[in-house]
Amino acid sequence: HMKLFVSEGNPHCLKVLAVLKLTGVKCDVQHVNHEEKVVPHLSRPTLPALLLPSGMHLFSANSICRYLGEVSGQPSSDLNNQWLEWEASELQPAVAQALHLAVLQGKGSEASSALQGQLSYLEQSLCKKTTPFLTAEIVSVADVVLWAALYPILSDHGLVLGDQGKVQNWFERVGMLAACESAAQEVLQGKGLKSEALKAYMQKQPAPPHSQAQKRDNQPCNSPEVADGDRVMSEEEILSATVTWAKGLADRPMISDRQHPILPKEGKRNILVTSALPYVNNVPHLGNIIGCVLSADVYARYGRLRGWNVLYVCGTDEYGTATENKAREEGLTPQQICDKYHTVHASIYQWFQVDFDYFGRTTTEKQTQIAQNIFWRLHERGFLLEDTVEQLRCEMCQRFLADRFVEGTCPFCAYPEARGDQCDKCGKLINAVELQEPKCKVCNQTPVVRSSKHLFLDLPKLEAPLEQWLEKSMGSGDWTANAKQITRSWLRDGLKPRCITRDLKWGTPVPHPDFSDKVFYVWFDAPIGYLSITANYTDQWEKWWKNPEQVELYNFMAKDNVPFHSVVFPCSLLGAQDNYSLVNHLVATEYLNYEDTKFSKSRGVGVFGDMAKDTGIPSDVWRFYLLYLRPEGQDSAFSWADMAIKNNSELLNNLGNFINRAGMFVSKFFENCVPAMDLQPEDKRLLALVGWELKQYISLMDKVKIRDSLKCILNISRLGNQYIQVNEPWKKIKGGDTDRQRAGTVTGVSVNIACLLSVMLLPYMPTVCQTIREQLNAPPTVTATMLQGTGNFVCCLPAGHHIGVVSPLFQKLEADQIEDLKKRFGGQQVSTMVVRIYSTWPLIRPFPHQGEKVRALKGQKAEKAVIAVEVDKLLDLKKQLALAEGKNQEPDQTKGTKNTQHAPSPATTAQAVINKADPERAKELTLAVAEQVRWGAEAEN
Amino acid sequence: VSFGDEGCNLETGDQYNTTDLLDFRGCVYINVHFTFCPAQVPVLQRSNGPALSGLVTIATYLVREANRAELLGESAEHRAIVQQWLEYRVTKVDGCQKEDIKTILKDLNTYLEDKVYLAGNQFTLADTLMYYGIHHIIVDLAVQEKEKYVNVTRWFDHVQHYPGIRNHLPPVVVLKNRVYTGSHH
Repeated sequence: HMKLFVSEGNPHCLKVLAVLKLTGVKCDVQHVNHEEKVVPHLSRPTLPALLLPSGMHLFSANSICRYLGEVSGQPSSDLNNQWLEWEASELQPAVAQALHLAVLQGKGSEASSALQGQLSYLEQSLCKKTTPFLTAEIVSVADVVLWAALYPILSDHGLVLGDQGKVQNWFERVGMLAACESAAQEVLQGKGLKSEALKAYMQKQPAPPHSQAQKRDNQPCNSPEVADGDRVMSEEEILSATVTWAKGLADRPMISDRQHPILPKEGKRNILVTSALPYVNNVPHLGNIIGCVLSADVYARYGRLRGWNVLYVCGTDEYGTATENKAREEGLTPQQICDKYHTVHASIYQWFQVDFDYFGRTTTEKQTQIAQNIFWRLHERGFLLEDTVEQLRCEMCQRFLADRFVEGTCPFCAYPEARGDQCDKCGKLINAVELQEPKCKVCNQTPVVRSSKHLFLDLPKLEAPLEQWLEKSMGSGDWTANAKQITRSWLRDGLKPRCITRDLKWGTPVPHPDFSDKVFYVWFDAPIGYLSITANYTDQWEKWWKNPEQVELYNFMAKDNVPFHSVVFPCSLLGAQDNYSLVNHLVATEYLNYEDTKFSKSRGVGVFGDMAKDTGIPSDVWRFYLLYLRPEGQDSAFSWADMAIKNNSELLNNLGNFINRAGMFVSKFFENCVPAMDLQPEDKRLLALVGWELKQYISLMDKVKIRDSLKCILNISRLGNQYIQVNEPWKKIKGGDTDRQRAGTVTGVSVNIACLLSVMLLPYMPTVCQTIREQLNAPPTVTATMLQGTGNFVCCLPAGHHIGVVSPLFQKLEADQIEDLKKRFGGQQVSTMVVRIYSTWPLIRPFPHQGEKVRALKGQKAEKAVIAVEVDKLLDLKKQLALAEGKNQEPDQTKGTKNTQHAPSPATTAQAVINKADPERAKELTLAVAEQVRWGAEAEN
Repeated sequence: VSFGDEGCNLETGDQYNTTDLLDFRGCVYINVHFTFCPAQVPVLQRSNGPALSGLVTIATYLVREANRAELLGESAEHRAIVQQWLEYRVTKVDGCQKEDIKTILKDLNTYLEDKVYLAGNQFTLADTLMYYGIHHIIVDLAVQEKEKYVNVTRWFDHVQHYPGIRNHLPPVVVLKNRVYTGSHH
């Protein structure tokens, strides 16, 4: 049996009573007080409420009404759902506001204006309909719900609601139903706003949040036109777009070819672009590529199109322990390893069409010269400190041991396999020299404690000039939010001296005689690579790097590199006092994950640069998808299925489809010759819309919002597709003269939009753009004209222009093709990961679906054989879990992360705190000397 | 399901909402693009019918198109409970003020005391949309608060580990053992 609880004066109860009467569903009705708590799990009294036969409650009017409709044999249609949702989320807040004003504050006139937006939406929707009711010829639940919501206000004739005739008619039509009439009598005594019961009810309600109501009012985007994708363009905007269009191509010269060496020019915007130097010892994965080189490439290409004087340099970062280790692994010298992997990197970036002006490396003579020069300048100016550090040294291996290469007994809990930095058992941080019975992990010999003198960059002494510079740079430049935030958190914690030397062979030698057996620590050394790589490109490198007045420096990187570019390296350069160009715009991405996990070379998970080309998917499509996913503002995830969807829906169905159609119409219907265009208001409106997107594109690109501006391109082709679809030139071409002329105009405008797209798309998909241009035979001055200033969409292919041969630009990615790729790149590892994730919640049903499936089958009394198959699957899952847990010797990583924030002082310890989330990076960063790398505590999963 | 030449076209300004919808795309090809106005109501344009708007409406439609109607509930009563929580999500959770958060968590916690999922013992659309709607709240909870709303946390952890649900959202760490037990002494 069901029971409906209602209270007098509550307009929501009007809805349910009217629907109950309309549907005739059998149900007890109980009148209760407003304050009565009917639903046990809600802390506030909530009415109406429906007690279901199962003992559960429905506690909102719309859900109750929908249910009553369904049990009476009227399942809710999409349209009915849509109106109910609109009523609950859009109309209701406005109604609450209006009732509050009218009933409690006596401001009837303001009440009607609070409802204006919603009523005109309703009016417009009713105007488009041919049926007397909202969803059909007969009354539906949605009609009654909306009627009841508006009843108190619309039934009051004292309120003037403006020109809403359709709403008025519909409202009266619904109100005449006996069910509604009688419910209104029962709940509000048929009195509307003047009902005493309504007033009593309103007095018990909390005041509606004013800000919310205002927000909704000020949001024209919720109006139907804009929601449909049709931005409303003003007359001026349309006029100005038409004027721009008519200007045609400017007479300006085409963008000149690059002439090396590129040097800063007087009166030009001189942009120096760097991308974080990829570490040489490994093949870069997609996350590395999108975070650094590809993002920088898009911006550099865009800058060149804008006519700026751009220099884009990058190279491989080659010194460090990781290279030495890799060399040992592969039985080569470090130099041979660097030569080998430098080539690997260069060829991957070439395949991705990354257009460096120069791609160099850090193991060069120039690197030594410049790094040693900066070192001496810092030394002369008193910015270097000496300190002694105790470290473990393996005499057998002849080297100081990084923490991860030591194992021993934990001094706190006596666990025998504690690592050099942390005990896996008790989770405490350990100073490697305090380990009992330490062992070298490579040769198993006992290392000895040795004191070693090291040099530290005195960051505290440089803090004041750093902060002064940062304030200026962040204030005037485009720093991403994460770059600002990470930098501020470093400064907030206070800067500490940072070690710049290490006991290694493979590095830039420290020129100081007291430290002759040492090299520079990679993070002092590596950013100097930007300078030395430029110096290898041109002897006049100082025109870029010692010229802050003329040069704007853009650094691209993933967020883990931010502190080195915003704090450490600027301090080196500020301390050297040599008028260096410091970063103006620090552009950092978040992380790109692979499917649901992290890219990991050691686990073989993910797609690596060298494998991308083996997929058979063109470089341009890879670029498009990576840029579409660019982790701008938040982490994103690469997924094969999603890549196929984006390729098929955005590239094939949207962009490619539009460009191809536009071109095909010109060649098929007009013999390759752009037809005459006679612009109608509709065409001019389209020009304005496209022009608006172009301006957005430019303003976003100027701010390095690379992913967002890509959306503008796709919006334009979407507009184009809609335009073609509505105007149907393929039909009109078969019609009379007027129709044929219309087909010509639509085709001409479309092919001009296609030409604009070839300009906007160039930074993202260079090869496709070249193809489009050849197909359209686009004039060379197109780019300079369209991307001038804030953007100008001009008629660039005028009537009479001959286009080339048009052919499709993209291919469909088939489901089986994608399945294959998914299996090839880390299927096994991914499924293991999934099992491990479940193991973190062992108490509550580790395999929800499988367990559920088995239970359901048993419940349905399914065939034994069928159940047996599913039970086997469940047992297998459980076995995998046990296996995963058995193998899983790693402690809960989340426990340690808080502790790592407080590393002991550098003078007393050889503690390296590393980013646990990335073993490759960790390897590189782990040092046998005092280091404090404070990462934003990123717990792994 | 194929929608012909133009595909199916979804516009929204709200990233959370978009992600919600994508979970149910099944084999439906959908173009998602972000408009630059702060529109909060997603619109789905279809080539086989008029555009649909509203998060719950679109999600419900996509689930049906993907032949996953079981996610909407298996009886009229079950469907009503699912719709009830979907409505709760868009009316109470979305745009909730700071002072409402406690009430929402408290009520959900009481409700979930004897349930695995929002609509009983079966995973439904209500769980997914609620997960996305409440994620920003749960992320900000302190360990102590997570323990206070232990039923919500358990449900949340359950849902975030449900295959294919979490997508781009960061996982929220839930401790296995209680840290704060001492409200009694």
